[in-house]
Amino acid sequence: MYKGGKIIAALIIFVAFLTFPIFYNLGKANAGPDVPVVQQTATTQCVEPAEYMRANHMQLLNKWRDSFVQQGKTEYVNSQGKTFEISLQSCLQCHSTGTVPNAGGASIPASNTGGVSNPALNTSDQFCVSCHNYASVKPTCWSCHSGPEGATK
Amino acid sequence: MKALYSFLAVIVLILIATLGVNVANMSSVFGIIVPYLAFVVFVGGFVYRVIKWGKSPVPFRIPTTCGQQKSLPWIKQSKIENPTSALGVIVRMALEILFFRSLFRNTKTELKEGPYGPQLAYGSAKWLWFGSLVFHWSFLIIVIRHLRLFIEPVPFFVQMLDGLDGMLQIGLPPIYLTDLFFVVAVTFLFLRRILIPRVKYISLPADYFPLFMIFSIAVSGILMRYFYKVDIIAIKEFAIGLAQFHPVIPQGIGVIFYVHIFLVSVLFAYFPLSKLMHMGGIFLSPTRNMISNNRMVRHINPWNPVLEVHTYEHYEDEFREKMKKVGLPVEKE
Repeated sequence: MYKGGKIIAALIIFVAFLTFPIFYNLGKANAGPDVPVVQQTATTQCVEPAEYMRANHMQLLNKWRDSFVQQGKTEYVNSQGKTFEISLQSCLQCHSTGTVPNAGGASIPASNTGGVSNPALNTSDQFCVSCHNYASVKPTCWSCHSGPEGATK
Repeated sequence: MKALYSFLAVIVLILIATLGVNVANMSSVFGIIVPYLAFVVFVGGFVYRVIKWGKSPVPFRIPTTCGQQKSLPWIKQSKIENPTSALGVIVRMALEILFFRSLFRNTKTELKEGPYGPQLAYGSAKWLWFGSLVFHWSFLIIVIRHLRLFIEPVPFFVQMLDGLDGMLQIGLPPIYLTDLFFVVAVTFLFLRRILIPRVKYISLPADYFPLFMIFSIAVSGILMRYFYKVDIIAIKEFAIGLAQFHPVIPQGIGVIFYVHIFLVSVLFAYFPLSKLMHMGGIFLSPTRNMISNNRMVRHINPWNPVLEVHTYEHYEDEFREKMKKVGLPVEKE
C-alpha cells in the first residue's frame, strides 16, 4: 500500500465511529425507562384512551393550550362525550408521581440504569421525566408552567 | 426511463418489506438479520474498497492551476490552493470535505447570441454546490440525531443538536429543520437530473437509485415522526438491543418502521458497491491531498523497476587490465 499508515489509521477511526453505539452500550442493561406510576382510582379515567394518549398527548396539550388561551374555552369534551376541565391539573391528578424501576417490558435485564444526569434534561423523578429522558425529548411545558410538585398540594 | 427503473426498484423494496412483515410475518428477518448483514457488508465493503484504492500507486504530485504555485520570492504563493506545507493541504482538504470547494468552482457554459453571431459565455453556477451542501449537512445531522435512539444515556452533544434542529418549535413534535432541508435538497438534486437535458443524458440508474432510496427513507422517517406515531420507547429498546447483540423484536410496531429500517439496510449494503463511496474516495483525491512540492523534494516513481546500477568505477574495476592492454586511459592504476 501507498500511504498505508494514514489510510489504515483513517479506516480505524471510521470504524470506531460506526461502532460507537456498540461500545457505548457495552455492559449496560437494556432496561428501558422506569415505569411511571399512574395514581388511578376506579372512577378516574384518562382524557382519551391510553393508546391515543401515548401517541398524541403532546398534540392534545397543544390543542388544550390553544383552545384555552385563544378561544377561552375551559372545558374539553373527549371522544366519548365526557367533559374535562382544561388544565394541567387535570393531568397531574393522576400523572404526578415518580417512577418505579423498570421490572417488565420487552427486554428484561435485571437492573435499571436510572435517570440521566444531564444539564439539558429534567432530573426530577416526576411522571413525564423517565420516558422523555429516555427518548431525549425535552418538553417545553415547564418553561412557563410551574413545576408539577404544586399539583400534589 | 432510467429514472423509472430506479423508481420501480425502490417500490419493489418497499413492497418486499411490507409484504415480508405483514403477510409472511418475517419481522425478525427484516428487523434483525437484514440490518446486521447490511452493517457487515457496509463496514467490510467500505474497508475493502479503500484498501484496494490504497494499493494503487500514488501518482506524481499534480500542482493544480487554481492557485499560484510557490515560485520566486516576489510572486505571492496561494498557500491553500497550491500548498507546500502539510498544514496547507489539511486546510485544502478540510475545505473540500466540509464545504465542497471544488464544486464551488462549478461554472456553466452557454452559447449566447452576440452582435457578431453566437458567443461562448461562462458564468458562475452555485446552485448545485448549494444544494449538495444543504443535502450533505442535513444528512450528517440526521444521522447524528439518530444516535439518541441507539445509546442510553444520550450524550449532551446529541441533545444539543436535537434542540438546535427543532429550535423553531413549530408543531408538536417540533419540526426538524433538517427534515425540511433534506427533502427539499433531495428533490432539487433529482429535478436537476431530469430537467437539465445535458445532465439527464449522462444520468444512469445508479444516479437515480440512491436519490429515490434516500428520499423514501426520509419520507418514511418523517411519516413515523409526525403522522403514524410509532412507539419510540419500544424502538429505542430494540435499537439498543441491536447494538448490544441481544435484539428483541418490539411488539405492535407499524410496518412503516420495517420499511424504514429495510431501506436503510439496503442503502448501507449498496453503499460500498456504488458511487456513494465518494464518502471515502474524497479523502483520496490526488489533486487535493498532496503537497505541491514537485521540484522541492525528489519523488521517485513508485513503479520504477529496481535496476542494478553499474557505475564507471565498477566498470573500470572489471575491465582495467583489458583497457590497459589496448592503451585506453584509466583513472586508477
